[in-house]
Amino acid sequence: MKLTLKELRKKLYIFATEKTIGFTLISIFLGLVVGAIFLAAAGFNPFQAYGIILRGIFSKPSYISYTIVRATPLILTGLSIAFAFKTGLFNIGAEGQYIIGAVVATAAGYFLHLPLLIHIPVVIISAVLAAGIWGGLAGYFKAKFGVHEVISTIMLNWIALYFQNFLIYTKGFQKPGGETSHSIQPTANMMILKTWKQSEAGREWLLQHPFWKDLLRTPMNWGFLIAVLMAVLVWFILNKTALGYRLRAVGFNKFAAEYGGINVNKNMIISMFIAGGLAGLAGALQVVGVSHKVTLIAAMEGYGFDGIAVALIANSSALGCILAGLLFGALKYGGAKIQPFMQAPSEVINIVIGSIVFFIAIPKLIKVILTRKNKKGGIK
Amino acid sequence: MIETILNNLALILGTTLMYSTPLIYTSLGGVLSENSGVINIGLEGMMVIGAFIGAAIGYYVGNPWIAFIGAGIAGGLFGLLHAFACVTFGANQVVSGIAINFLGAGIALFLSRMFFEGATMTKSIPLDNKMPRPLNGVFPDGSFLNIIFDNQYATVYLAFFMVLLIWFFMYKTKYGLRLRSVGEHPTAADTLGINVMRIRYFAVIMSGVFAGFGGAAMSLAIVSNFRPTLISGHGFIALAAMIFGKWKPQGALLACLLFGGAQGLAVFLGQFDFEISSQLISMLPYVITIVVLIGFVGKSAAPSADGIPYEKESKY
Repeated sequence: MKLTLKELRKKLYIFATEKTIGFTLISIFLGLVVGAIFLAAAGFNPFQAYGIILRGIFSKPSYISYTIVRATPLILTGLSIAFAFKTGLFNIGAEGQYIIGAVVATAAGYFLHLPLLIHIPVVIISAVLAAGIWGGLAGYFKAKFGVHEVISTIMLNWIALYFQNFLIYTKGFQKPGGETSHSIQPTANMMILKTWKQSEAGREWLLQHPFWKDLLRTPMNWGFLIAVLMAVLVWFILNKTALGYRLRAVGFNKFAAEYGGINVNKNMIISMFIAGGLAGLAGALQVVGVSHKVTLIAAMEGYGFDGIAVALIANSSALGCILAGLLFGALKYGGAKIQPFMQAPSEVINIVIGSIVFFIAIPKLIKVILTRKNKKGGIK
Repeated sequence: MIETILNNLALILGTTLMYSTPLIYTSLGGVLSENSGVINIGLEGMMVIGAFIGAAIGYYVGNPWIAFIGAGIAGGLFGLLHAFACVTFGANQVVSGIAINFLGAGIALFLSRMFFEGATMTKSIPLDNKMPRPLNGVFPDGSFLNIIFDNQYATVYLAFFMVLLIWFFMYKTKYGLRLRSVGEHPTAADTLGINVMRIRYFAVIMSGVFAGFGGAAMSLAIVSNFRPTLISGHGFIALAAMIFGKWKPQGALLACLLFGGAQGLAVFLGQFDFEISSQLISMLPYVITIVVLIGFVGKSAAPSADGIPYEKESKY
C-alpha cells in the first residue's frame, strides 16, 4: 500500500486527535524526545542512553521480571487514583494508604501464625481493610464536615508515615538493633517457588536451566497477576454494576446525582474506601511479595505520587493503568541503569514522565501543531 | 518558674516562625494563582526547583539575595510553563500541575548531578553567605525577644511583608480587583475589557516566583544546601494551607502559622524524655490541622472559576 505524505499526515491527525490511545502514544513519544533533548544538552548521546534503558528492561529474563515487580505497586496505586478520579475525587492519599497497607500486612504477617494457604489471604485482606478505612476517613471528613479531600489526604499521608515509624520502634515489632520491623512468617511469603528455589533439587534443576535460573533470581511473585485481576475488577465495578453507575454519576455531576436520588455522601465514602483499599493492596503485595518487612522512612517513598502519573497517563482507564504502570515501572527500572553505565543522570526519567503528563494535559497543543502542518499540506 | 515558661514559649514561637516561612511564600503563590482561576498543584515542583537554584547560585555566586531572586526566576519559569498549558491551551490544570511536580524534581536533580559532580546534594553554602539574620544580637542575651528573633533569617520578615503586600495588592488596588474578578467570572471581566489571559499569565508566573522563594527560604536559610528530600511535601502542605485559609493571603498566613506552630510544639515536646514516642509527637501538626478543619473552619469555597479554562470564543 502506498501512502502519499498528505494522506499520512491526515491519518496521523485523526489518530492523534480522535483516538485517546493515539494521543497517549504521541504524548509518550514527545516525552521521550524531551528527555533526549535534556540528555543531549548535557552532553550525553540520547540514543545510547535509550539503548541502555531498552536493553536494561528486555535483554534478560530477570530484567523483565524486575520490571514487572517494579510495576505492580504502581499499577495498583494508579488504579486507586484513577478510581477516585472517576468518582470526582482526587486521592492524593494513595501514598499514606500504601503505607498503612504495608505496615498492617507486616504486622499480620509477623504476629499471626496460620497455615500457608490461609495466611496470605488473611494478611492481604486485613491490609486492604485497614487501608480502605484510612482512605474512607478522608471520604467521611469530606461528607460529614466538608473537609477538602486534597487537604485531609495530604495530612493523612504524613500521619501514616509517622505511624509506621512509631510501630517500627515498638518493642516486639522492631527487629532488635535494626531500623526495620521483623520479617513476616514464611507462611505469609508470596514469592514464587521460594522454598523450592533454595532446596537441593531446585538448585540443581535451575543450574541446568539458565533461563529459569535467571528469571527466578528475582523476587517474582503473584502480585502482578493480582494487580491485573484488580484492574479487571475495577473496570467491571465501574462499568457493569449499579454501584459503579452511582459512583460515576456522583463524579460526573454531584448535584444531578443527588437530584436523581443518589446518596452523594455515602458514595463519596465508599469511593474513598475502595480507592484506599487498592492503594493498601499495593503496599500489602509489596510486603508479602518483595520486601517482607517495613523499614523506617524519613520521607515519602513516592508510590502514591507516581500512581497519580500512572492514572493520568492511563486517562483514568482501569485497563490502561496496567499498561501505564508497566511503562512507568520499566522506565524507572531501566532508567536507573544509565547512571552506572554512562554516568548520565537517571533523573532524566522523571523529566520524561513529567513531560508525558504535561503533553497529556494539553491535547490542544498537539492538535494545533498537527493542524498547522496540515494547513501547509493543504488539508483542511 | 515563669521565666522557664516564657523561655519555652519563646522557643516554640521561634521554631514556629522558622517552619512557617517557606510555607507562607509558597501558599501566597497558591493564593495568587487560584484567585485568578488557575489551580496550581505544581507548587511542590516549583518549590523544589527554587530550592535547588537558590542553593546552587548561593554556592557559586555567594550572594544570598542574588540566589533568592534566581530561585524566584526559576520558579517563575515553571509558572510560565504552567500558564502556557493552562491559559493558552486550556489544559487540565491538575494534570499540568502534576507534570510540573515531576519536571521540577527531575530537572533539579538532573542539574544537581551536572553542576555538583554527579551528586544529588549540593555543596554547603558557607555560613557567611547564607541569608543574613537582621536581629542577631540586637536583644539582650537570653531575653524573651532574643530567643525568638536571634536566629531568624531575613526571609522570615520578608515573608510577613509579602503577605501584607499581596493583601494590599489584592484588595486595595485595581489590578487586584481585576485578578479576583478574572477568577470569579472571567466572561464578565472580559466584557468589561479586562485581558483575562494576560492577568492569568501574570498570576500564574508570580505563583511560581513565590513558590521558588519558598524553596529558597528553605535551602538558603533553614539549611544551607539542597538535597532530594529537602522539599518533601512542603508544597502540598502550602497548598493545603491556602485552601485552609480560604484562598485569602491573610488566611493562608494563619494556616501556615498554625502548621508551623504545631511543628514548633512537636520540636519542643521532642526534647523531653517522654513515655510518648517522638514519632507520635511528629504526627501532631497533621492531626491538629485535620482537627481544626473538622471543628472550626467548615466548608470552604474556591473562587467560582477556579480550575476552569477560559476561552474567549470557541475556537475549534
